[in-house]
Amino acid sequence: MSLLEVRTLRAGYGPVEVLRGIDFHVDEGEVVVILGANGSGKTTTLRALSGMVETSGEVEFDGNPIAGARPEHVARAGVAHVPQGRGTVTDLTVEENLRLGAYTRRDKEVGADLERWYAMFPRLAERRQQQAGGMSGGEQQMLAIARAMMARPRLVLLDEPSLGLAPIITQGLFRTLGEMNRDLGTSMLVVEQNATLALAIASRGYVLETGEIVVEGTAADLAGNDDVRKAYLGI
Amino acid sequence: MTVFLSQIMNGIQNGVIYASLGLAIVLIFRTTGILNFAQGEMALFSTYVTWELTRLGLPVWLAIIVSMTLAFIGGALIERIVIRPFEQSSPLVLVIVTIGLFLAFNALAQLFFGVEAKALPRAYPDRNWLLGGVSLRSDTLVLIAVLAVECLLLWALLQRTKVGLALRAVASNADSARLLGVSAATMLMLGWGLAAALGCLAGALVVPTTSGLTAGSMQGILVFAFAGVALGGFDSPIGAVVGGLIIGIADALTRQYVPALAGIEIIVPFGLILVVLLLRPQGLFGHVKVERV
Repeated sequence: MSLLEVRTLRAGYGPVEVLRGIDFHVDEGEVVVILGANGSGKTTTLRALSGMVETSGEVEFDGNPIAGARPEHVARAGVAHVPQGRGTVTDLTVEENLRLGAYTRRDKEVGADLERWYAMFPRLAERRQQQAGGMSGGEQQMLAIARAMMARPRLVLLDEPSLGLAPIITQGLFRTLGEMNRDLGTSMLVVEQNATLALAIASRGYVLETGEIVVEGTAADLAGNDDVRKAYLGI
Repeated sequence: MTVFLSQIMNGIQNGVIYASLGLAIVLIFRTTGILNFAQGEMALFSTYVTWELTRLGLPVWLAIIVSMTLAFIGGALIERIVIRPFEQSSPLVLVIVTIGLFLAFNALAQLFFGVEAKALPRAYPDRNWLLGGVSLRSDTLVLIAVLAVECLLLWALLQRTKVGLALRAVASNADSARLLGVSAATMLMLGWGLAAALGCLAGALVVPTTSGLTAGSMQGILVFAFAGVALGGFDSPIGAVVGGLIIGIADALTRQYVPALAGIEIIVPFGLILVVLLLRPQGLFGHVKVERV
């Protein structure tokens, strides 16, 4: 059974339907990528999973139905969502943002996890008492990812982590995501326009076009698919 | 010198009153991002409730505790029922909603409790000491002590607890907080409830030091409390206290020493605010929002 199983997911904003019934799944320990152009419904897909938009259809996480659940309930079920624009709580310090990431936890190991993520992202350690809003885009993206991991999630939803970042920063970021998946076994669902980097760490992928899934397959299949290459790999 | 010190004392006495209400305004602002113009009238209404409870035979301190509890529940319900539907609206709409609450609570207080002044007894003995010709009232001491404890508890709650972190996170970025598992709805209700309870405490302690409880009791205080908060910084509890004290003292000294401004003494504290805000728009203790994108 899949960790995340999505069937005929529809979502939209008022009368505008953005997702027109899509099916996909993420298995335990997998990195799955959803590729698509601007406006294809990538962000809406993640927002639908987290209960941030009106949805219908079936979403099962770890066997439990979560379609239409409130964002805080989805988070407590073990899904961490790194939103587009990074969702930095700008008025809090870096450390407070990280502690907020562990809000749903009741165990005593939050302090140890803090140190672990500081070790992984030394830039955050240097700035732990700084207001998070003052950091650069790349630093805020690291913060958003570390904060998501502070919840010890089983699935991380990543909304265009490369957006607005310099290519060199983006490469480092995806390498880190790949390591996190390999070392911790955390499942990830990444939506991206940067297909090359995303497919490099993914095991499978889907291509979303105007709210429908038009292609699906293994990462290697997608990287070799002519349409995908033309549209998303710029080859 | 004695006159000067006496006026300073008067200023402090009034200043702690402004600060008590200012603290409630800061609390709502810090936790929900809303400036609640109805803070004074909510306090007024709950002070009437305190009065009603003493009339039913409760000792004053118990009446204060019970009415603070009711105010907490009432504040949370107001957030849920009146404020929540306007959650997505512009700040201007929310300001107008709180002004509507202001009018509603004032009218309800008159409707339920009548227009004649009510005498609310003190929860502590009324004493007056003379220290070198300057009179020190037990009112001042109690208000200062209560304010100090309030500040300390508030600071500890916001800066040292998980709930406080969640309260501040929701005020700053509610969507992000929810994605991290914080129930924004609960936090907003909690913020309003706490502020209403603080306002109730301020009202119940302040009214006995005045000539009696009427529907207009809190309005003058609200204006000066807002002035103090503007001066100190809308997001700073310490700012509310220092701002309130400065306003109180400036007002008292003007009354004594600037007879030319008799009747319009209010010009001095407000002139002071104008100058401070020109030089430091975030207030004396407020924080500048830093944001890079």
